[in-house]
Amino acid sequence: MTNDNLLKTPPTDMDTFLKGLWRENPVFVQVLGMCPVLAVTNTVVNSVVMGLATTFVLFTSAVFVSTFRKVIPKQVRIASYILIIATFVTVADYVIQAVSLEVHRSLGAYLSLIVVNCVILGRAEAFSSKNTIGKSVLDALGMGVGFTFALLCLGVVREVLGNGTFAGIQVLSDSFEPWIVMILPAGAFFVLGGWLFLFNWLSERKKQRQAVLA
Amino acid sequence: MKTESLSYIFINAALINNFVLAAFLGICPFIGVSKKLDTAARMGGAVTFVMLVSSVCAYGVHAALVALDAPYLQLISFIVIIASAVQLVEMFIKKFSPALFQALGIYLPLITTNCAILGLALFQTAKQYDFIQSLVYAFGAGAGFALAIVIMSGLREELDLADMPNLVKGTAIVLMIAGILSISFMGFAGLGS
Repeated sequence: MTNDNLLKTPPTDMDTFLKGLWRENPVFVQVLGMCPVLAVTNTVVNSVVMGLATTFVLFTSAVFVSTFRKVIPKQVRIASYILIIATFVTVADYVIQAVSLEVHRSLGAYLSLIVVNCVILGRAEAFSSKNTIGKSVLDALGMGVGFTFALLCLGVVREVLGNGTFAGIQVLSDSFEPWIVMILPAGAFFVLGGWLFLFNWLSERKKQRQAVLA
Repeated sequence: MKTESLSYIFINAALINNFVLAAFLGICPFIGVSKKLDTAARMGGAVTFVMLVSSVCAYGVHAALVALDAPYLQLISFIVIIASAVQLVEMFIKKFSPALFQALGIYLPLITTNCAILGLALFQTAKQYDFIQSLVYAFGAGAGFALAIVIMSGLREELDLADMPNLVKGTAIVLMIAGILSISFMGFAGLGS
């Protein structure tokens, strides 16, 4: 989407990393990878684990895709990328299972579903397949951090409002009546919709300010 | 799990645990292709078809992997099977309905990365459904997806005519509507049990 203006001026390394955090945030701006964003953000811990697992897969697949970008024939590139991604998702899946069975259980099938997270395939196709390893890694890390940040944005709001806790620690007093809807599926849609409103508002305001300056 | 009746499996997949609104699977096409009723209905059809095909494949692959005692290959083999199934459907549609092919555009190859398809394969394996149950489950999931995307596109067509502030246009309002739809689908809980 916004790759066009990137091609015009060669971006600096810092820029490659930072764009994933805000300007091209995979969730809030590109609206990619919605399924895990909505499904596992009912608690802060789940959000963080999911974000880290996705970042790991983004990172490793960026390394492999950019390393083999000249070897993989164009016709089978998507299939090859998916194979690379699926391998590392399996790795992440087994590692999380070994570290914490409880978290693994609460993430369930969504951990395996990282394979079909459009963010990862999208970055492999749009960035890693055309850039050097160094740049791809920076891009992947930026996107991963941006993705984790977005998951946290949802996770914090949903857990605090829906359960009165933050990462399992009670933060709101007992007199607070939890908003059950926030931990239900509907709450995920509402909170993400709310964040998008906020982002729209911020970019709209920025545009207006630039118009005034010009 | 074996005691679940076929009708319950269908209702469960299509309504109670609707793939889109309760399990958050297939959100990308749900938001991306729901602008027009026409395209949405076709997309629903295409997804249902791919689901049925990949459900059969996944059942076979799972049986083979159990025989080989190689569960760590499950994810990789599922995704390969699904990707090939989508490729086949794509060629099929391109040949017989170029107009539909144009209309679906980028979203057809993206069915590969549609979590609903892989999710279906993983869930039916986790629930240990037999062959017939898997087929019914796949059909229910496809019908549920089609239902959700058709409802959403109908609402969005109305929305285009509504007078809204710029701020809420686009994905944000779609998500809000999806939230309300999700609440209303919760009303199906307990049905058929």
